[in-house]
Amino acid sequence: MSEPNEQKRPQIELVCPAGSLPALRAAVDNGADAVYIGFRDGLNARNFPGLNFSAEDARLGIEYAHRRGTRVFVALNVYPRPQLWEGATRAVDEAARLEADAVILADVGLLQYADEYHPRLNRHLSVQASATNWRALEFYERQFGVRRAVLPRVLSLAQVRKVIEHTHLEIEVFGFGSLCIMVEGRCALSSHVTGESPNTHGVCSPAHAVRWEETGAGRRVRLNGVLIDEFTPGEAAGYPTLCKGRFEALGNVMHALEEPTSLNVLDILPQLVAAGVRAIKVEGRQRSPAYVAQVTRTLRAELDACLRDPERYRPQAAASAALQRLAEGRTHTLGAYSRPWQ
Amino acid sequence: MRLSVGPLLYLWDRPGVFAFYRQLAQLPVDIVYLGEVVCSKRRVLRRADWIAIGRDLSAAGKEVVVSTLALMEAESELSSLAHTVAMADLIEANDMAAVQLLRDRPFVAGPHLNVYNTATLSLLSSLGMRRWVAPVELDTATLAALLGERPPGLEAEVFAYGRMPLAFSARCFSARVRRRHKDDCGFVCAEDVDGLTVHTREGEPLLALNGIQTQSAQVRNLIGRVDVLARAGVDVLRLSPHSSAAVRFEEVAGAFRSALDSHARSAPCPPTALPGGYCEEYVHTATVSGAGPAR
Repeated sequence: MSEPNEQKRPQIELVCPAGSLPALRAAVDNGADAVYIGFRDGLNARNFPGLNFSAEDARLGIEYAHRRGTRVFVALNVYPRPQLWEGATRAVDEAARLEADAVILADVGLLQYADEYHPRLNRHLSVQASATNWRALEFYERQFGVRRAVLPRVLSLAQVRKVIEHTHLEIEVFGFGSLCIMVEGRCALSSHVTGESPNTHGVCSPAHAVRWEETGAGRRVRLNGVLIDEFTPGEAAGYPTLCKGRFEALGNVMHALEEPTSLNVLDILPQLVAAGVRAIKVEGRQRSPAYVAQVTRTLRAELDACLRDPERYRPQAAASAALQRLAEGRTHTLGAYSRPWQ
Repeated sequence: MRLSVGPLLYLWDRPGVFAFYRQLAQLPVDIVYLGEVVCSKRRVLRRADWIAIGRDLSAAGKEVVVSTLALMEAESELSSLAHTVAMADLIEANDMAAVQLLRDRPFVAGPHLNVYNTATLSLLSSLGMRRWVAPVELDTATLAALLGERPPGLEAEVFAYGRMPLAFSARCFSARVRRRHKDDCGFVCAEDVDGLTVHTREGEPLLALNGIQTQSAQVRNLIGRVDVLARAGVDVLRLSPHSSAAVRFEEVAGAFRSALDSHARSAPCPPTALPGGYCEEYVHTATVSGAGPAR
């Protein structure tokens, strides 16, 4: 095999989320290199009420972005069961018709469909495909001509480096936003309690299953009846995903799986650049246009500073503080990249 | 229908593992899956030990399949996978890395590959998949629909008994709840021979921690649904190993065997001592009073 990565440019794309047309404009106007969106069809991993794009909004958004030199990726990253299959293939057709710059897919069947019917439409491997090693990436590259892969948020920086050394694919990693502690695509906690998971319905802890209760001692939150957490008055209460709830194990009540915290990679940006990462992704299509604007603007400035002089780059204190205010649980970590918990 | 025993998901001590498989050789099961699926740090058994166990089970007339890790991140895990693929006759692939190495050889697609539609089944079949273990979250109606148009020669297997594997992480939860670091875990997961039960703050058993894997606290038991599964076109039922602290596994195997053979009505299955008890439905139902559904 020849040097797999000799042609990789040092350029790094900033890939930002948009759950609506105003959010897309906010990302484009504040310096995103690419924006990712989903259709309003339950076929992407942020299948939330009131979120996502109609075909007409997608057309307008793609036009807006392309006129300003920004690329648009369409996420179609659920695993369609038979009843969703036809809709899913139609959505791939639609992304091609609208001249999206790529589709982000996880399902093997859909990858095959896109490769067969739309060979000129770029195929990116979604984080939901759970490809955590270069051998798995080799499968998707050879089988479907995938161009880029988004890595699950479970790899250490050293492991990201190893993957890049061994693959021909462009590698995109998460840089900021909510943190999945489980391997994406390998987590059925949500469906075990609510019947709906990211794999099957594009949603984790669906809003219709959430119930808040005010009690004398504070607030309780249930997911389909199951008590996920209990907060004292004044305590910050996050969205009730199972992995961030407080439960009893070995006689202690604790965050048995994960603290509510966000991912923020500013501290290791130069190392990610040096590793050969081709794109930094921001999580949060469910977030407001104002959030998208602020995160995009902040990360744009930091990424530019880092690319200008990676060796001397240090995150601006103001940038870190701004991101921290936006972070879930108001704290952030390097997640698996640094593996503080190993 | 045939009966299989899935890979041992927990870390048991050496004598315990050997005793379990010695007993299996005598039980009325047809297929046995061997090897470590959850954590590559667990090395109580070496490759040579697994080979010896496999040989004994083959001699006892069992079909032996070697299961691969579900989460592969390290180079060492990839080399170990290559080794396994080179040596074993039949492999259960639990990651696409294994599928890539098994190209054009017969293989079993494990429950951790995401297979949810006919197009995916067809593609994997064309690459050599001979048996498919359905994801635990797939409902029976969808399963029946998929099996109605399955590729020729493909067998389907369903996880029919045991705590259900629900998620994998890079983090070790068995270590975390004991405030230990993963790198210095001391193999504390060995203390939880059937996983560590996690309760809600209302005392309801909800999840079970098993190293980097999270499982259901409830034990899935589909013995009452054997006929439904047979009608859906399922060929193999999988029993996931549990320790003698949870249940008499030989009685579970015997009960399933008689259910498969008689078809008419389900045979008695011994109760489980695990706090979550048994469930038939995949979706957990809140059991605490006053905690009705949200809808």
